[in-house]
Amino acid sequence: MEFSYDDEQNGLREAVSGLLARAYSDSEQRRRVVATDPGFDEKTWSRLAEMGLLGLPFAEADGGMGAGPVEVSIVAEEIGRVLAPEPFVEAVVLAGGLVSDLGSDAQRAEVLGALAEGTLLPAFAHAEVGTRWEPSARAVTATEDGGSWTLTGVKEPVPNGARADLLVVSAVVAPAGAPGATRLFLVQGDAAGLTRTGHRNHDGSRSARVEFAGTPAQPLGEATGDQSAAIEKAQARARVAYGHEALGAMETALTTTAEYLKTRKQFGVPLSKFQALTFRAADMYVSLELARSTVMWATLVVDADGDVVAAADRARLQVSRAGRHIGKEAIQLHGGIGVTAEYSVGHYTSRLTALDHLLGDGDWALARLAGTVGEHETVDPLRS
Amino acid sequence: MRLQLSPEDQSFRDEMRTFFTTQVPESIREAVAAHRELTKEQFVEAQRVLNAAGLAVPHWPVEWGGRDWTPLQRHIWREEMQLAGVPEPLAFNASMIGPVIATFGSQEQKERFLPATANLDIWWCQGFSEPDAGSDLASLRTTAVRDGDDWVVNGQKTWTTLGQHADWIFCLVRTDPTAEKRQRGISLLLFPMDTPGVTLRPIELLDGGFEVNEVFFEDVRVPAENLVGEENRGWDYAKFLLGNERVGIARIGSTKRMLVDAKEHARQITSGGVPLSEDPYFRARIAELENELLALELTALRVVANSAGGKPHPASSVLKLRGSELQQAATELLVDVAGPLSVPSFTGGESDVPEWAQVSAPSYLNYRKVSIYGGSNEVQRTIIAGSILGL
Repeated sequence: MEFSYDDEQNGLREAVSGLLARAYSDSEQRRRVVATDPGFDEKTWSRLAEMGLLGLPFAEADGGMGAGPVEVSIVAEEIGRVLAPEPFVEAVVLAGGLVSDLGSDAQRAEVLGALAEGTLLPAFAHAEVGTRWEPSARAVTATEDGGSWTLTGVKEPVPNGARADLLVVSAVVAPAGAPGATRLFLVQGDAAGLTRTGHRNHDGSRSARVEFAGTPAQPLGEATGDQSAAIEKAQARARVAYGHEALGAMETALTTTAEYLKTRKQFGVPLSKFQALTFRAADMYVSLELARSTVMWATLVVDADGDVVAAADRARLQVSRAGRHIGKEAIQLHGGIGVTAEYSVGHYTSRLTALDHLLGDGDWALARLAGTVGEHETVDPLRS
Repeated sequence: MRLQLSPEDQSFRDEMRTFFTTQVPESIREAVAAHRELTKEQFVEAQRVLNAAGLAVPHWPVEWGGRDWTPLQRHIWREEMQLAGVPEPLAFNASMIGPVIATFGSQEQKERFLPATANLDIWWCQGFSEPDAGSDLASLRTTAVRDGDDWVVNGQKTWTTLGQHADWIFCLVRTDPTAEKRQRGISLLLFPMDTPGVTLRPIELLDGGFEVNEVFFEDVRVPAENLVGEENRGWDYAKFLLGNERVGIARIGSTKRMLVDAKEHARQITSGGVPLSEDPYFRARIAELENELLALELTALRVVANSAGGKPHPASSVLKLRGSELQQAATELLVDVAGPLSVPSFTGGESDVPEWAQVSAPSYLNYRKVSIYGGSNEVQRTIIAGSILGL
């Protein structure tokens, strides 16, 4: 068991944090970027590509860097630290991850190579109104006719769905009278019968309502069975990566709050003179460190290809609790300024709230874990 | 970054697990698991089994019985011990006064005390807290006045855990009442509990047990050679000692054991026509506690991995704070599993209520102590806010 980063990993962190610090040195820069579509800075996205970060986890043969989940976690953490709006986890870990896991040789080379170069932005179109955090699809159906496939139905919310050059879409394949299998398809951004309506979200990110009406689609990979388990696993990896993004955000929310307590004066003294406030900041630190340990461990489980889904649920639960705690307290300890859009800290709470609901919240993870408590005597992190 | 234990640490863990579950008498481990009060003889027997195998004081200097283990190995040793229900080597000996004497004591003191301390031939108790000096320990008022070759001690200590079994006491006394900083006028004295002028009054706790005491000193004469280190430097030694006290205080293995028990007992209790273990709310409570405990254990592993240089990781206060909260949550869970069976506490055998249920409420009440001792959780929050957040 080893929890420290090697020199190369520390170097990666420095490089990423340097790049993002230049792009988002103050929260006004971020506000300007997220005010207009696509909700992130295309130039910064290109710089991330130039640094090799958009191909980080993919095989070198597919145009990637062949790095592991630890390197991915470092980038996600630095993204969260400055609340960079570039959709690293969404595009690289989730959408790209699915293509990497399931795509044919040709699909991987085409999609991942272009993603790594920053010339193609993929998005995972999976969520549907009326269900939550399922690994399977219901509202979009896939139909085959003479060897070509079309999709019909609606996906929403699709993160970056309006901007994306390529959609990775989950759809139910339903032969008459049989229960539907969920399969994944690639849909080009300019495909016929595709209607995308983008909108701005509370955290500055973008998502879209994406309607398919007999839209041509290409099956992802050559397997024909149900792909729910693969979706579950890819989402689990994204939950862990989001956990790191949240760690970065929580750490900044805490340090910003601690700094404010030291400088803001009321009743003639700095707020840090009030134990009622400093004890609450101490509790925020406790939440942060416990979440950090769990997320780092989950990344190591991904790295070792252990029970990734269970580890992601554990990380999700811990980060959900910590993110809510730290996000809410950061605003309360600031006072009114924390609720304004002009000051940074509330945006962290907003992003943490979005991260908590994109791929499953804490209670959702807890319910899944509760289902398995009878199956083990103890939870042993060294034997996962 | 690596998930698995190294093959060496893995076999170390297996070795510890095997030793603890086969070499320490089962009757003693059962008593610990059942939250029964241990007798003095049981404490002594268990520690001597460990000491004979070199497992009582592995963190001491090698020449006095230490093992030169890595911090991770010490962590594994402690957790496996707790998981197996082995009573830990008496903290007053192994974690507190032993390391102080080994570090600051004279050669004579080391030879005289360390082997007997490791083997529990001497049972030590702690003379630190006083009625008016709890979290604010430096305000202590017990005095020692030099008279010829002796120190003459007067005053009172309290919360002296297991003092009723003790042969000797290590005692903080004020030797310079005029010191400008009150921390500078304190010394550390060692003396036998049967010295004339020492009297002990047991304090009954909420669980009906007697694990703490008040100790009174009236003109107690202590030979000058029983002062540890330098006169008026006792505060430094006390801080060193309390730093050691915090190590292992998270008691993760012990809390794990309680969760295992809670799950097992819940299978035997029917609620709403099904076993309590099937109740969704109960299962969620277990799952949340298991996850909190996992987070704590991983944090402990991070802390031990990064404290090799001797300097504690800043997150170590988290271990005390959260570790005590989770111990308390586990005892609370056991009371709730017992439900109405938690009410009869001292049936003396004339009852169908299982023993675990009878002790559940007294244990829960007793465990309120864990967020108070070893630096109360409020002290830990002060440390985190001050040393880590700079507030």
